Amino acid sequence: MYNFELVRPTTIADAASALGHEGAQALGGGQTLLPTMKQRLASPETLVSLTAITEMQGVCMSDDGHLCIGGATPHALVAREAVAHYPALAGLASHIGDPAVRNRGTIGGSLANNDPSACYPSAALGSGAVIITNTRKIAADDYFQGMFTTALNEGEIITEVRFPIPEKANYQKFEQPASRFALVGVFVAKYADGVRVAVTGASEEGVFRWTEAEAALSKSFTADALNGLTLPADGMIGDLHGSKAYRAHLVGVMTKRAVAAAA
Amino acid sequence: MPKDHGIGASPKRREDLRFLTGNGNYTDDINLYGQAYVHFLRSDVAHGRLNKVDTSAAADMPGVVRIFTGDDFAGVGGIPCGWQVTDKHGQPMQEPAHPVLAQGKVRHVGDPIAAIVAETYEQARDAAEAIVLDIEELPAVIDMKAAVKDGAPKVHDDLTSNLCYDWGFVEENKAATDEAFKNAAHVTSLELVNNRLVANPMEPRVAVGDYNRSTDESTLYTTSQNPHVIRLLMGAFVLGIPEHKLRVVAPDVGGGFGTKIFHYAEEAFCTFAARQIKRPVKWTSSRSEAFMSDAHGRDHVSKIELALDKDNNFIALRTETYANMGAYLSTFAPSVPTWLHGTLMAGNYRTPLVYVNVKAVFTNTVPVDAYRGAGRPEATYQLERVIDKAARELGVDPIKLRRQNFITQFPYQTPVAVVYDTGNYVATMDKLEEIADFSGFAARRKASEAKGKLRGLGVNCYIEACGIAPSNLVGQLGARAGLYESATVRVNATGSISVMTGSHSHGQGHETAFPQVIAEMLGIDESMIEIVHGDTAKGPMGMGTYGSRSLAVGGSAMVRATEKIINKAKKIAAHLMEASDADIEIKDGKFHVAGTDKSVAWGDVTLAAYVPHNYPLEDIEPGLEETAFYDPSNFTYPSGAYACEVELDPDTGRVTIERFSAADDFGNIINPMIVSGQVHGGIGQGIGQALLEGAVYDDNGQLLTGSYMDYAMPRAADVPFYAVDHSCVTPCTHNPLGVKGCGEAGAIGSPPSVVNAVIDALHSAGKTHITHIDMPLSPNRVWAAMNA
Ligand SMILES: Cc1cc2nc3c(=O)[nH]c(=O)nc-3n(C[C@H](O)[C@H](O)[C@H](O)COP(=O)(O)OP(=O)(O)OC[C@H]3O[C@@H](n4cnc5c(N)ncnc54)[C@H](O)[C@@H]3O)c2cc1C
Repeated sequence: MYNFELVRPTTIADAASALGHEGAQALGGGQTLLPTMKQRLASPETLVSLTAITEMQGVCMSDDGHLCIGGATPHALVAREAVAHYPALAGLASHIGDPAVRNRGTIGGSLANNDPSACYPSAALGSGAVIITNTRKIAADDYFQGMFTTALNEGEIITEVRFPIPEKANYQKFEQPASRFALVGVFVAKYADGVRVAVTGASEEGVFRWTEAEAALSKSFTADALNGLTLPADGMIGDLHGSKAYRAHLVGVMTKRAVAAAA
Repeated sequence: MPKDHGIGASPKRREDLRFLTGNGNYTDDINLYGQAYVHFLRSDVAHGRLNKVDTSAAADMPGVVRIFTGDDFAGVGGIPCGWQVTDKHGQPMQEPAHPVLAQGKVRHVGDPIAAIVAETYEQARDAAEAIVLDIEELPAVIDMKAAVKDGAPKVHDDLTSNLCYDWGFVEENKAATDEAFKNAAHVTSLELVNNRLVANPMEPRVAVGDYNRSTDESTLYTTSQNPHVIRLLMGAFVLGIPEHKLRVVAPDVGGGFGTKIFHYAEEAFCTFAARQIKRPVKWTSSRSEAFMSDAHGRDHVSKIELALDKDNNFIALRTETYANMGAYLSTFAPSVPTWLHGTLMAGNYRTPLVYVNVKAVFTNTVPVDAYRGAGRPEATYQLERVIDKAARELGVDPIKLRRQNFITQFPYQTPVAVVYDTGNYVATMDKLEEIADFSGFAARRKASEAKGKLRGLGVNCYIEACGIAPSNLVGQLGARAGLYESATVRVNATGSISVMTGSHSHGQGHETAFPQVIAEMLGIDESMIEIVHGDTAKGPMGMGTYGSRSLAVGGSAMVRATEKIINKAKKIAAHLMEASDADIEIKDGKFHVAGTDKSVAWGDVTLAAYVPHNYPLEDIEPGLEETAFYDPSNFTYPSGAYACEVELDPDTGRVTIERFSAADDFGNIINPMIVSGQVHGGIGQGIGQALLEGAVYDDNGQLLTGSYMDYAMPRAADVPFYAVDHSCVTPCTHNPLGVKGCGEAGAIGSPPSVVNAVIDALHSAGKTHITHIDMPLSPNRVWAAMNA
């Protein structure tokens, strides 16, 4: 690791101004950034920790019925506190990494990083969540722009994520055998105005919506409604742990299972 | 009633208290005054000509003490190989030089090029980035079969090819074996890969070199399974330091699994550099470095053929194996695919003719050497897979086919040189059928099918050879070391005992189990006995721990030394009681005169030995300390039968282990709890190999599985609760304890039954065209086989 400065602002405004400096980078739970720095693949001059900002912490329900999660809220807290409001989301959070990762890693860090195998992006996209930053609100449909790429500007901070609560939802994660990230993860959420299906782990373009499945499920929210629907292997990730064809196949299997398990 | 102490009892492991409370003393816990830190700049290309290593800018970086390159080792020896295999033409293997730091060429990703010694570890890493390398990249040889083709790029320019040796065993059997195949009623053949593994002990390797200017003595603290062997190899072959000026200490070691047997460049470097800069030098491997510098295991590509007569008797067996050596010969690498593999190819069966051919190949990959089981898992896997396949082809029950061909008469001379002294393969198979509840399998399969899953049952047998010996024989086979073990039993004046053993404990529990043996022999409490190991300054020359040898060989030495103690102590007791030594009996920590009520306590005898006022000085010397070196007359042959039940999700190809049962014959058992633990751990690693683990290189020699993101280690949830049994006992006939060794059995015996079970599950769903899937049986591979 290279030398760096650490600042721990307590307000979003202070954090934003600290991030305005050249070489400054936000630090959430550090579960991605710190290993990268240890390997000397990242060398920020200043880390601006977001975990001391109380207004970015915690889970609550808004008056208009949205589940609001502070951008620096660790996965373990979401797993615990979202369970009554949005069990599918809490379930997702409870299966990220191991207890140490869940106690440190944050929703904002996960969404900012947008790892193509991460779990949260599928929940945000699958729920049509709104990503709130220190400067604006971004609809999930506009936010994810390919592997490790998002709509965030340099220094922009995810302060909160707002999830509309579905009638039913479920997340099915098929674990990559080594990392236990999602080899394929499918988030299915049924809303009054239709069903959303978001897929992570599978595509070279990062998290995406499987629109054909959404259309079929919006007509009939049953696993059988997906019969005959397949995704092309083209454009899927192919690696040591799963070929393109295997991933395309798994998307179908996991989607069916998510529908069957949705609650 | 189970015993509460002595042989056969299961006291809790006394060492665990310090391990589990953070009070262990591991090599990385050792920090010496004035210590500097070394970082190794390693090659990031698999094969290249090292034109220039420019350290001039780096040398001026903050904190840099000194930078070493291959040139600094010009007058120093290379890392030696401890075993010379003779090929099928009677020629010695090709043995390349293995410099401490690369000279002229780099040969695998991770090959150390320069060593930067600095005040802090981070400063050393900073300076490494300022070193300018001029490496002309060369085409890498990764695939073994391609490596031995004419015109393949050579890993070592001065060798004639990438073939280390072409070994035939037993060469005299070849013609007869080939002939038997011509006359066979049925031949089953199978091509398979024994996947390359990375041992991944929890503690990565660490070395601290120290030099004492006043005594001219060097000390190396290192994560080793055999400090005496390191002292010999490094002192005599690399650095030219005689034993009396070189001490090697292997303190608490956090797991070895074979990969800490070998003498590594980093150990020699730290010892060498400490002498050069007159300061202690420390290296702690990162996990990433471990992946590219610890010797890997397995990596065999084999074809096996089994010939049967019309009554399904095995009549001949033939194998051809390509064994990866990696870029250099690690310490015992040549012996693994030969003497630890070919000799086991008869397995538990009466196959009269066996011929094994092994081609050892150099490639631009990390060196490959012994890993838990070493050669024996590779033999067992081939044999037990081909038998299963034969049973399917012939439509006979795989257990019946095995039983029909079991060796039942002992001693048994195999056609592959070794003689099994004892065993009872029928008994372990009977036991397995009982503990694995074979009769309930059909119902369990139904229950799985009701959930949309497939269920399979796989079995296999195994035979192991532990405590490789005797030394004069292994010398003829090419070993450049003896394979005896030593023990010094030092009885202290007040009766407590320090036992210096040449074997080494790095998780096995010797500190608990070894005292049980001595306590049993002397009738004293185990708490009076301390096991001392891991320091060349403390005990006699010993050979360390690997190959499940500690109890069978090291324990035997300890028994011999204790017998000498008893003999002498009886003489002292006889003198104290004015009786004849022949009448003295030892019981419950007292010496009795047979047939009388006269006795003298253990402590009185030991005190008399060191305060010899009333003592037979004219007959015996004072003191009570004895040393024994034990050289076994044969290997020991643990054996067993294992069963695995899997569930397979046909939609995803994911396999889960639902039940795993192991019936082993380890001979006599000292501590059943520790034995069960060894079996559990071994099976865990075997399941890891079968379902999860595998080191993979791309065509350019980049290690694709260089971290836990891609190298899948088994976790607690991947293994079931095991049913293990070691009540089938045929004691070893040639060592004093009748023990056989249990450390590797689990890793040897488990992979075939996992794969056999998966094939069984697939066949139950009509996928009978699938006869084999190579390990690891990842969901992707199983699904691909199902959908091919
Ligand atoms: C062993 C292990 C297993 C894991 N398993 C999984 C898994 O199964 N599924 C899964 O989804 N994830 C997994 N993760 C990832 C983990 O859950 C974290 O979500 C992830 O590492 C990022 O969150 P973080 O808070 O740690 O971010 P950091 O590492 O601190 O930061 C990551 C990036 O986001 C930026 N950033 C952080 N917070 C914000 C913010 N509020 N606004 C803007 N930018 C920000 C940082 O500058 C950095 O670029 C695993 C991680 C580990 C170490």
